[in-house]
Amino acid sequence: MGETTARPAVAPAPEAEAVAGPRTRDGGALGGGGGLPRARAFGAERAFRALTVAAGTAVLVIIAAIAVFLVAKAVPALRANTENFWTYEGWSPNDPAPKFGIGTLAFGTVLSSALALLIAVPVALGIALYLSHYAPRRLGTALGFLIDLLAAVPSVVFGLWGRDVFVHPVRDFSAWLNQHFGWLPIFGGDGPFGRSIMLGSLVLAIMVLPIVTSLSREVFLQTPTANEEAALALGATRWEMIRTAVLPYGRPGVVAAVMLGLGRALGETIALAMTLGITFGISFNLITNGGNTVAANIANAFGEANATGRGALIASGLVLFAITLIVNITARAIIHRRREFTESAA
Amino acid sequence: MAKRIDATNVTAYYGGFKAIEDINLTVEPKTVTALIGPSGCGKSTFLRSINRMHEVLPGARVEGDLTIDGQNIYDRDVDVTAVRRMIGMVFQRPNPFPTMSIYDNVVAGLRLNGVRKKSILDEAAENSLRAANLWDEVKDRLGKPGAGLSGGQQQRLCIARTIAVEPQVVLMDEPCSALDPISTLAIEDLMFQLKDRFTIIIVTHNMQQAARVSDRTAFFSIERTGDPGRLVEYDDTQKIFSNPSVRKTEDYITGRFG
Repeated sequence: MGETTARPAVAPAPEAEAVAGPRTRDGGALGGGGGLPRARAFGAERAFRALTVAAGTAVLVIIAAIAVFLVAKAVPALRANTENFWTYEGWSPNDPAPKFGIGTLAFGTVLSSALALLIAVPVALGIALYLSHYAPRRLGTALGFLIDLLAAVPSVVFGLWGRDVFVHPVRDFSAWLNQHFGWLPIFGGDGPFGRSIMLGSLVLAIMVLPIVTSLSREVFLQTPTANEEAALALGATRWEMIRTAVLPYGRPGVVAAVMLGLGRALGETIALAMTLGITFGISFNLITNGGNTVAANIANAFGEANATGRGALIASGLVLFAITLIVNITARAIIHRRREFTESAA
Repeated sequence: MAKRIDATNVTAYYGGFKAIEDINLTVEPKTVTALIGPSGCGKSTFLRSINRMHEVLPGARVEGDLTIDGQNIYDRDVDVTAVRRMIGMVFQRPNPFPTMSIYDNVVAGLRLNGVRKKSILDEAAENSLRAANLWDEVKDRLGKPGAGLSGGQQQRLCIARTIAVEPQVVLMDEPCSALDPISTLAIEDLMFQLKDRFTIIIVTHNMQQAARVSDRTAFFSIERTGDPGRLVEYDDTQKIFSNPSVRKTEDYITGRFG
């Protein structure tokens, strides 16, 4: 037992040498054949604890540093603004008399994201239910893999495809809508059509689709078989079983999936910078060229921005952050409202 | 309100595996029939083929005839959901719908079948909960989650849910195996009351329970692992437990095997 002698051993029991079986590092029997050794002053336990505390603290420090930086940069630009930051419809922060307003950008962000979800969520839930409860198992797995692949396509590729390929059918469809439903304000206007909120929202919808599908499918697959069988044994058809057992069980998960999708839609930058018409002005018209979002505007305007311009963009970024925060809090509130039921489900 | 069941040469498969073979048995209306036997002998499989729940599993299928008052439930043009409404089922583990209140759980089957009128639902909920001996315990908290009840209460809630749709037959798949002795006694008492209205078939591993609650007992067994389960003996419960005609039944009941 060379180890025993090399260390100034802590209470090496005299009979330790005789003990057969597993030993501690100090050579005593693992179960405490000799006396009790003293606690180590500094060990892996403490080192690991310090490491995790440091990592946790780092998060707070980084968030604080970012917040301080953003506010410090945004405030001078907001001071220099000669128009109302909330209501002015335009973005000229580089002028000698800077004029910029967040209203149009925030409106465009919320409108395009809401439309994208409106299109994507029903389709995504349909696909998720098909994959989890209708498709043969092998087909479901294969299709699920394809959906995940769609989520891995970089957004710049979606942007390129949207502006060069998808824009053509959308333009034709917009013209058709304008011709037949032009009396509706959302389909009004005289064109040109194509690089519109509709194109941007459709591209966004395709990007959000795989996230919502993939997560919802996981949630639906986790429905306890016992609950599905309970519904079937009461005489439910497949769809009634899904309505009775699967959807209520998956509801919190689906809300979470939709919120993740919304998070992606709100923050999406390059695909929208490439597909939207980039104009300033609050309008519900979906089909004429135009539309803009906070993130797309930052991507488009950052290159030629001066100090005030950058400050203005950072201020817009703070507003986007606030929007995202509100959305997330709302989602949590929705999930929380029926916590009594969802918790006992777990 | 209760019907007679005739099984003729019922054979059930899981994919390529034959789980039970040539089961023949008749269950009279308004009786309690116990299915007993060692694990893997196919008694649960047989039970699940009576309300066509066996075929829910991928690759599972049933051959043979199973008639309810002369009507074959495996006929091609029979509506499966109608069969399952007529033959209710209580499962081994209590499985109330976790997102639903006690009230919603009880009336879930009625709502599935299009009953919307509040007065009808209220009446059915109270009647079923009373019949399941649960009304007094839950009448003040019908809006609370069903999953918040104790295990025994949950199982009685599931029984209330099953009988709320007024089935002809109630199948119970080891309904007490997850419950404590007091809850078990409550369910056994309940079975005595329910057999006035329903034909009851219960799978149980507990032979005292089979002896206590059932009028007739069917003993299932397998020769070796991998063989299909067969019906060894089917007779009055009293005869099975006092003077069985097959040696194997006697061995099982006295604890010499199984």
